[in-house]
Amino acid sequence: MSRVTRYQAAVIGGFVLLLEALCVGGVIDKVTMPPPHRIAVDFVKLLTSKAMYPEIAKSMANVLLAFALAYIVGIATGTALHGYRTLRDTLDPLFATYYAIPVFAFYPLFIVMFGLGDGPQVLIGFLLGVVAVIVTTLNGLDRVPVVLRKTALIARLSPLHTALRVTLPFCAPYLLTAAKLALAYAFIGVIGSEFIMARAGMGYEIGFAYTNFDNATMYPLILLILLLSIAMNGALSHWEKVLLARRGQA
Amino acid sequence: MTAGRRRPLRNAIALIAGVVACWQIAYWIVGNVALRSPLQTIRYTIELAQTSLFWLHLANTLQAFGAALAIAIALGLLIGFALGMHRLSADAMEPMLVALYSIPKITLYPILLLAFGLGMSAKVAFGAIHGIIPVALFTLNAVRGIKPILLKTGRVLKLDAKAMIRSILFPAAVPEIFTGLRVGFSLTLIGTVLGEMFAAQHGLGYLLMNAIGLYNVDVIMSVTFLLVVFAAVVNGVLLAIDRRLHFRG
Repeated sequence: MSRVTRYQAAVIGGFVLLLEALCVGGVIDKVTMPPPHRIAVDFVKLLTSKAMYPEIAKSMANVLLAFALAYIVGIATGTALHGYRTLRDTLDPLFATYYAIPVFAFYPLFIVMFGLGDGPQVLIGFLLGVVAVIVTTLNGLDRVPVVLRKTALIARLSPLHTALRVTLPFCAPYLLTAAKLALAYAFIGVIGSEFIMARAGMGYEIGFAYTNFDNATMYPLILLILLLSIAMNGALSHWEKVLLARRGQA
Repeated sequence: MTAGRRRPLRNAIALIAGVVACWQIAYWIVGNVALRSPLQTIRYTIELAQTSLFWLHLANTLQAFGAALAIAIALGLLIGFALGMHRLSADAMEPMLVALYSIPKITLYPILLLAFGLGMSAKVAFGAIHGIIPVALFTLNAVRGIKPILLKTGRVLKLDAKAMIRSILFPAAVPEIFTGLRVGFSLTLIGTVLGEMFAAQHGLGYLLMNAIGLYNVDVIMSVTFLLVVFAAVVNGVLLAIDRRLHFRG
């Protein structure tokens, strides 16, 4: 385990050092990218100045809302759909091609329908994530052993209780995978919409900083988004690992 | 798996009918402000296809997509094989690749713009970064998951590294790798179009972004329609090949 961690630390450290050398050496010019130590200093400044806090809070609230909607609706739809074989077979090709659809193209349509506010952004994040959650939920439910379903039948559980008490808890590792996907798509949807058209938010600020050659704001903000998404994803992965380990022992 | 031969066709027709019906109903609800009906969209698409400017944009997109896909597949396979054949590298790099896979790559577009400038190379790069990681991840796991007995057989036969990849690793890993290529295809396409939306002056993505700016609903609907049809057709073919490969193995 520690050998793996050391390997990872060496890769990340090596990458940062390489960037630093390239920037200081002038291979990457200052307009393109400030050296990593400079970004780190700006990053600390950004977090201590508090000027960006409302933007960060706004984007994160939308990301979490889009995530929660996609997750709950996705699991509910997946569970409801699981019993209907023909409907599932029919929808299968739609699920398979869904991610080739440029969902962002519908953003202006949503702006016309709901106004230039948080609604369209949350909707884009939701639409991107929900299908991944449905597919992963179906995948998990396919693996529930027949004996568990029979037990639920014997205990005369209603379909809702069967899902809540038996099948969905069994799928917990799959539901965590679904959570990771929904979260990643919520970030993409909200930040991407803010790039295209918005009045506030982290994506909007990055776009604004980009047009003004303000690298001291742009790079720390990009770094912050990447760190937030990696940290949240990492927490879910860790939980997944704990869960799988516990099941392996049981 | 034992379903009849006719089932997939029947399902596809039912699905298309369902989608078109939903689309038409949505049009009736929303109206002309923000949507066009399926018939209007097809009519406008045909109209659009008669302009030479459209073909210029299409050719540009296909060119960028082709280049991005070639880079994504070549680099993805290279990274996947290199890491998959080495236990420690695979164990250490797999979680890092998964983390990279999950980051919103859309946030990186200003950096790519600064690095490559507005134009072809920026959108090729944007498409490629979307595709490389899934191809690499699937290849890595495919190579790592090869049954040890196959590798031992290769060693007994004293195969060198090149022969080992060509006659053992690659054939054994092909079904998984193909799944990676299929996922990589979709993501590279969406990446290229996104790249065009933010960082180009040609291509279907640019056409789309321009139409969003001008709020030209006809163009938005037509370009989206074309992209979805293209992706659906190619993805359907790839999915069929994918299933056949997995079924055989």
